[in-house]
Amino acid sequence: MSAAADAPGVAAAPPAGRAANRESQVATALVASLCVVLVLAIALPLWMLLSKSVQSPDGAFVGLSNFVVYATTPALVGSLVNSVFVATLSTAIVIPLAFAYAYMLRRSCAPAKGLFYAAALLPIFAPSLLSALALVYIFGNQGFLKQALLGASLYGPVGIVIAESLYAFPHALLILVTALALADGRLYEAAAAMGTTRARVFRTITLPGARYGIISATFVVFTIVITDFGIPKVLGGQYSVLATDAYKQVVGQQNFPMGAVVGIILLAPAVLAFLVDRRVQRRQVALLTARSVPYEAKPRRARDLALTIFAALVAGAIVFTYGVAVWASFITYWPYNLSPTLANYDFATFDASGWSPYVNSLKMAAATALIGSVFVFAGAYLIEKVKAFSAGRAFAQFLAMLPMAVPGLVLGLGYVFFYNAAWNPLGVFYGSLLVLVVNTIAHFYTVAHIASTTALKQIDGEFESVAASLKVPFWRHATRVTTPICLPAILDVAVYMFVNALTTVSAVIFLYGADSKLASIAIVHLDEAGAIASAAAMGAVIMATAIAAKLAHLVVDRFVISRLQRWRAR
Amino acid sequence: MALVDQAVTPALRISHLSKRFGAFVALRDIHLDIPKGEFVCFLGPSGCGKTTLLRVIAGLDPQDEGRIEMGGRDVSALPPADRDFGIVFQSYALFPNLTVDDNVAYGLVNRGSPREAIRRRVDELLGLVGLPEQRDKYPVQLSGGQQQRVALARALATSPGLLLLDEPLSALDARVRIRLRDEIRGLQKRLGVTTIMVTHDQEEALAMADRIVVMNHGVIEQIGAPQEIYRAPATPFVADFVGHMTFLDAVATGPGGVRIGALALVVNQKDLAPGARVRLAMRPEEVRTRGLRDGEPNTFEARVGELAFLGSFCRARLEPVASPGSSIVAEFSANAIRDLGVVSGEVRRVGLSAETLRVFPAVEAAR
Repeated sequence: MSAAADAPGVAAAPPAGRAANRESQVATALVASLCVVLVLAIALPLWMLLSKSVQSPDGAFVGLSNFVVYATTPALVGSLVNSVFVATLSTAIVIPLAFAYAYMLRRSCAPAKGLFYAAALLPIFAPSLLSALALVYIFGNQGFLKQALLGASLYGPVGIVIAESLYAFPHALLILVTALALADGRLYEAAAAMGTTRARVFRTITLPGARYGIISATFVVFTIVITDFGIPKVLGGQYSVLATDAYKQVVGQQNFPMGAVVGIILLAPAVLAFLVDRRVQRRQVALLTARSVPYEAKPRRARDLALTIFAALVAGAIVFTYGVAVWASFITYWPYNLSPTLANYDFATFDASGWSPYVNSLKMAAATALIGSVFVFAGAYLIEKVKAFSAGRAFAQFLAMLPMAVPGLVLGLGYVFFYNAAWNPLGVFYGSLLVLVVNTIAHFYTVAHIASTTALKQIDGEFESVAASLKVPFWRHATRVTTPICLPAILDVAVYMFVNALTTVSAVIFLYGADSKLASIAIVHLDEAGAIASAAAMGAVIMATAIAAKLAHLVVDRFVISRLQRWRAR
Repeated sequence: MALVDQAVTPALRISHLSKRFGAFVALRDIHLDIPKGEFVCFLGPSGCGKTTLLRVIAGLDPQDEGRIEMGGRDVSALPPADRDFGIVFQSYALFPNLTVDDNVAYGLVNRGSPREAIRRRVDELLGLVGLPEQRDKYPVQLSGGQQQRVALARALATSPGLLLLDEPLSALDARVRIRLRDEIRGLQKRLGVTTIMVTHDQEEALAMADRIVVMNHGVIEQIGAPQEIYRAPATPFVADFVGHMTFLDAVATGPGGVRIGALALVVNQKDLAPGARVRLAMRPEEVRTRGLRDGEPNTFEARVGELAFLGSFCRARLEPVASPGSSIVAEFSANAIRDLGVVSGEVRRVGLSAETLRVFPAVEAAR
């Protein structure tokens, strides 16, 4: 009956009606399962955190009385003040430094930018504790630069602020580099044509262009610092902060309601940051148009030299600190016996678990990367490209964006409450590697989701229409066309998940069990046991693994993917 | 539908079709029959609903009301995969990770056809669109025109009963566009496949279509053959949108007569009440200035205003002496300008044939 020339031997289309109906049923079922998983992994733990905060330890509803108790306990309120203080100070230090560094990378002709960029990103590949451990060797009671602190003690706000600044620096840098990467070159040419001074150009064009990036970076750094657990644990001493309080309340005193209250206080800045960020992103769009011409820096000796010296100092401080940690891990007994040794890497002599936490970490990170990248991409695909069950897709999108506003520590608390609940049959998994994997995927879900969604959005929206007109079901189209096109993005997500799963401490500290202790947690235990060199050794192993993973990614991306994706080349 | 007569049943029948996006009415009560084998263009300005109508026919966007039948089969509620059509988009939408070969075979592989049959069919299709040597290339290695040919071959591969083309030529440069336009039309005639093409380019529609559906604000303004649409536009919108048109306010003097100022003209419309306010529409190329006989009706003196040189012809602004303040646009061929020595500022005798003048009610013109 078709009008076009039919070739002999080409089978007629399968009977219509059934197939497409089944297709939309499959799609609906998949979206529904996505929602269920996200509810279990994200929504319910958070709900448990919220509900625990208004309950007494035996589960009765007590309204806001836990918050009243919190507000009237001087020790607890003191921690809040301390937390805000160190977070504010660290942010005030990091943001100007990171801005200048990003400016060097994007708006100057300084040499060796790639090297500088890599050096500044170093802290991302290690647990936050590692910078703290290094500082113990540098500025601690027996530190070789102890005098530089002018008699102040490292243990307390001083140490926390230095270590957090080092740790948070690359997170701010990543945002600011992006903010400064895009600029309309024509604006600068117009300003130059009008004879505008450099200071005025900076004030009226550069700063406003990067304004949203600065706001975003400010919130991110503040949130990282206020919710970080590792550094205050090592360097806090008697100086208590919210993150260590939450740990003490939940793990030490089993006071879940008070832990929940602390968690909700920690949630506040992150939620605020999330809301501000969303507003900011909505307004950012209009800054650049398709007609913009990218800005390209021209050499200017004085500026380039000054920025190079500055960047060398910052990069030097970062590399030096992490270098000290690695170096210390090979020292026999600081400061009395400096002969090199591998004894610190024989973890069994300091902690019964030996190397097994590292193996656990590898397993956990590999599972997180594998399951996480596949699940997140599949979820993003369903939300972005499938037409069925739009209410479910909107709900899943909301849940996928939620973890962005939830610090790891808070999510970890939620998981404790959820998996400890007597009514929860999933409680049998508590303490297992599986829960750690699920928690870590949930923790880093949003960034991975946004990366996947961005990749999917770049694909012509008409592809699905064409596939439908050719009667190809969406799952076949997804595996044949969409997934191969998105392969580089999926690999990015996998590596992101892997590195973060290796280095994270704050969420998993509440969740590990006897058989699922992770390397990052082993660092905390080794430090508590006084085996600082061994703790540094464990940190160095994690850092080396994370960097190796990143390098492997670069190699795979460069050689394997480019060969598989020959079709991208013209 | 117990008995479906293939000869009479249209390939596509649309009735009472409406579609809204929130408060915006994209399509309002659309009725349309397309006979088998016809090439139909949906023509209109952007936002007129032509692409929406195409997507509703494809099942990509569901309609709010109305019925769609394909070959007598009610497909109103069916998803795209259960309707029988192939589609080509402006963006080509070729799968970049698949070769030309795999793109064309994409819908065939899914049906489980034997490998050898698929290969023969792909060969045949690539031959049809004139790309037999490109089968192992990736889309990115092809020019825009070649990519659109591959997209066409892919859409035709499964021998659909209906071919939908969504502005397929708009992304191509002018020369390629004209060549491909003729090729698509030739291919369509050869295969006899019922085809709908959406376009905002009136020249494209006039050159390609058996029938044109002119749309505006979600309604069909006129359906007709290209010549009919051009010569006898049903509404001022169609008159204005397809080709150039001068509109002048006029008053009817009785059946077959109108007056602009002191200038009286004969028209073909008979249903004119004396004194009624009307709008008179005329094509610039129908204003004649050579071969006018003495005493011929509808000839008058006009002052030549500014003359715009446009290559093969000149566009002139004329002011009838009998109706100062009125302005008529005329197009004179380059040789007429040269032979007759038309210059700006002179007064010249021009003529209008009654059958080329269209009269529209004045109220309609307010839209």
